[in-house]
Amino acid sequence: MSGFDETLLGEADETVRVRFVVNGRKVACEVAPRETLVDCLREKLELTGTHAGCEMGACGACLIQLDGRAVHSCLIFAVQADGARIDTIEGLSESGVIADLQAEFHRRNALQCGFCTPGMLVNAEELLSLVAQPSREQIRDALSGNYCRCTGYEAIIDAIYAVAKARSGGVTT
Amino acid sequence: MSAPLISLDRPNSYIGRSLPRPNAKRLLAGRGRYVSDLHLPRMLHAAFLRSPHAHAKIVSINTDAARAVEGVHLVATGPDLAKICTPWIGTLDHFKGMTSSPQLPLPLDRVVWSGQAVVAVVAESRAIAEDALELIEVNYEELPVVVDVDGAREVGSPLVNPGSANNVCFRSQLDNGAVDDAFAKASHVVEEEFSFGRHTAVTLEPRAIVADYDPAAGMLTVHHATQTPYQFQDLYSRHYGIPEARVRVIATDIGGSFGMKLHVYHEDMAVVGLSILLGRPVKYVADRIESFVSDIHARDHRVRARMALDARGGILAMDVVDLTAIGAFSTYPRTSVVEGNQVIRLIGAPYCFRNYRATLEVIFQNKVQTSQYRAVGHPIACAVTERLLDMAASKVGLDPFAIRAQNVIADDAYPHTSPTGYRFEALSHQACLKRLHEIMDYDSLRAEQADLRKRGVYRGIGIATFVEITNPSPAFYGVGGARISSQDGAIVSLTPSGEVRCLISVTEQGQGTESIIGQIVADQLGLAQERIKVITGDTEVTPHGGATWACRGAGIGGETALQSARALKRNILEIAALVLQEQPSALDIVDGEVVDASTRNQRMPISEIARIVYFRSDTLPPGTQAQLTVSHHFAPQGYPFAFTNGIQGCLLDVDVETGFVKLLKHFIVEDCGRVINPMLVDEQLRGGIVQGLGAALFEECRYSETGQLVNGSLADYLVPMPMEMPDIVIAHVETPTADTELGAKGVGEAGTAAASACVLNAVNDALAPLGATINSIPITPARVLKALKRF
Repeated sequence: MSGFDETLLGEADETVRVRFVVNGRKVACEVAPRETLVDCLREKLELTGTHAGCEMGACGACLIQLDGRAVHSCLIFAVQADGARIDTIEGLSESGVIADLQAEFHRRNALQCGFCTPGMLVNAEELLSLVAQPSREQIRDALSGNYCRCTGYEAIIDAIYAVAKARSGGVTT
Repeated sequence: MSAPLISLDRPNSYIGRSLPRPNAKRLLAGRGRYVSDLHLPRMLHAAFLRSPHAHAKIVSINTDAARAVEGVHLVATGPDLAKICTPWIGTLDHFKGMTSSPQLPLPLDRVVWSGQAVVAVVAESRAIAEDALELIEVNYEELPVVVDVDGAREVGSPLVNPGSANNVCFRSQLDNGAVDDAFAKASHVVEEEFSFGRHTAVTLEPRAIVADYDPAAGMLTVHHATQTPYQFQDLYSRHYGIPEARVRVIATDIGGSFGMKLHVYHEDMAVVGLSILLGRPVKYVADRIESFVSDIHARDHRVRARMALDARGGILAMDVVDLTAIGAFSTYPRTSVVEGNQVIRLIGAPYCFRNYRATLEVIFQNKVQTSQYRAVGHPIACAVTERLLDMAASKVGLDPFAIRAQNVIADDAYPHTSPTGYRFEALSHQACLKRLHEIMDYDSLRAEQADLRKRGVYRGIGIATFVEITNPSPAFYGVGGARISSQDGAIVSLTPSGEVRCLISVTEQGQGTESIIGQIVADQLGLAQERIKVITGDTEVTPHGGATWACRGAGIGGETALQSARALKRNILEIAALVLQEQPSALDIVDGEVVDASTRNQRMPISEIARIVYFRSDTLPPGTQAQLTVSHHFAPQGYPFAFTNGIQGCLLDVDVETGFVKLLKHFIVEDCGRVINPMLVDEQLRGGIVQGLGAALFEECRYSETGQLVNGSLADYLVPMPMEMPDIVIAHVETPTADTELGAKGVGEAGTAAASACVLNAVNDALAPLGATINSIPITPARVLKALKRF
């Protein structure tokens, strides 16, 4: 190595190689130990559908699936996710697993600015994977960590409720 | 030529139809393009060192260590940016006598609120920039801090702006006489002092900007998450001395705004300057903590008000003093006095009475600036009026519905001029009151309430009438010298393949502007909506206009779209008439086909007209110059504002042991004139109501005695979340404005305008049997327990 003094490289320059399966494809990237998973996904992997809203796990905008479970990507370092399977809104859209939720959100206009929406969808999918037919009250409770400033929530609750019913073979309203 | 606007059974009738937003599909798939997502080649990142003091002199700044950090490209302080950016002053001429100190992107020698940006670092990553901030040393000399409004008004108080006589930004008075007489003659007088906490917009996407100055072209491009790109094009041009045509502002998807993202922020102006200094793109996205200390806050009013009534409960007069504290200077370019001005002008607005007196005093303090946020002034005016009216009802022995029915301006009594000088074209208070009574099933709610009280459940029922200001004319800002447009422009083209593209100056923040513009254009042209492409938010592409503020997208933007679509249709039919050898008036367009106006028989598709015009103009009669692009502007005329109205109802329980308030259900009857898309209107109402419910129960920016914001994070500042919010029942009355063909008025503020007043009345209703009253917002459990003398 030549050209510059090694001491110029501070701690911040140290990187770690991590590997994930993101949206079904193997990826590897170099991350700083302090880099959060949300920053890694958005900046390194250009998966900008996952959003950072509060950076402290309070707003739900950064929710992704980690090994199939909803996780706040702002509360986990990228290095901690090494070896994990990660699914983001981009992958969930392409695979079609949440197509019914997306269609129902669209039909009822259960989004305005759309910034909370990927996190809402991830959490809705999580809820429906645990409880087949939640009540509207249970849906409100399950979303109590997903902040939306635009809609007032009612259309979101209604959309998830309708999808739950349809998935259980019921009739949507 | 054009069918009635609201006949939903004809083809291509889109006005009045609930349709999903075409653009929402992108957002649902995670394909939004927010400014915070943007990455440009050679882009650098800015971070700001902020003042830890609410008021201090900057003695010295040492940036040597920060400059030495690998990856840091620039460290800038106040003087660096002052060399290239002219100062701004947040005053308007029509607010006589108002003052505010000149502002620069970064301060030269003094900080005036805790959280003010002092030094900027630009580096290859945000992380490196933030690392470098830690190496900057600033020596401050603390100055006396002005925090509370009483202290600020005391003689001999420390001054926010040294050299000024006092801490007053603006004073205003309204008095149409004989108020003292009316109070002397009154059978009943009710009086209360109200306080309204500071709160803030908390958009889920924080403020975001990428400034990209190209020195070779002398061209500034700013990707700015804002509602008002033209306003910023003008400001960047003037303050940085770049010709307007060489400043382009692009506002793509935006993660919420609600008025907060149309003000000038020091960091945003700084980022533009940093890009100019470096000749490279510079990005800045506020983090959540920065948002809390630097986004505008709103409200912060203390209002003393009294109401005089006759023996039967008829309002005779109101007398009001509003004190509002706005931060250390007035916001640019819309000022920080508009809210107070609207408070004193909207108080009493739904009601018929003659004598009104109001004083507004706007005070400086060492906190972040306050300015326009959704429903500017309305929630305060509404809460004051509606709470006094409930107090009066209980004194006179009337039901809240009865006292309102007795006092509202009658639906057949328009036009009407309010005691504060507002001219109402046509409102529908009586119809709305009646409808609300029905949808609430009010009498059974009261019966249930009486039963529950016997069982120790304190249920409250509250209602609140409101008037909303929409479709503003130049009377709002233009007359005060602000270069903020109240007109809009559209360019509508028939494309070569027979589709239609509409470039329009109103902007989209998720409320559905692009959808309703598409609906109006499709409806008026006679085309399927899928064949309309609407483009907004780019000053280089769309014509100059007001964009989005104060509830104007549907009313003014919609009318612009309607008129431009009709103009394009005339031009298309002129060519069709030449081709078909008919009179244009004998033809119409239905579903993209030129038809005989009388028989509806198809003659030719408009795509064929487009083909001939663009590619075979040689086959048209000599001298024909087809105009398949129409550019059209519309400026509101007639009434200076299109006022709307409505009424809300609220049902809640108060837990008198814990002080917690449980919202059970909310109701609204709203009249926004012509409804273009009922689903989108309802969703605006729901979202607006929930913002008002947040203000009513949760949201408050709390400061320490030294001017430190103590709850500036999403863990500490409470926002309304799904579990605490009720379902909302909605009904409409439609009174279109006659000032436009479309007849639409605004709806964006209506929900927020009265929700908190409604909750205030309902909580007081619940507590009435216990003899406790609440006069402060937010109504926290601690305040409830205090009122009950249990805390």
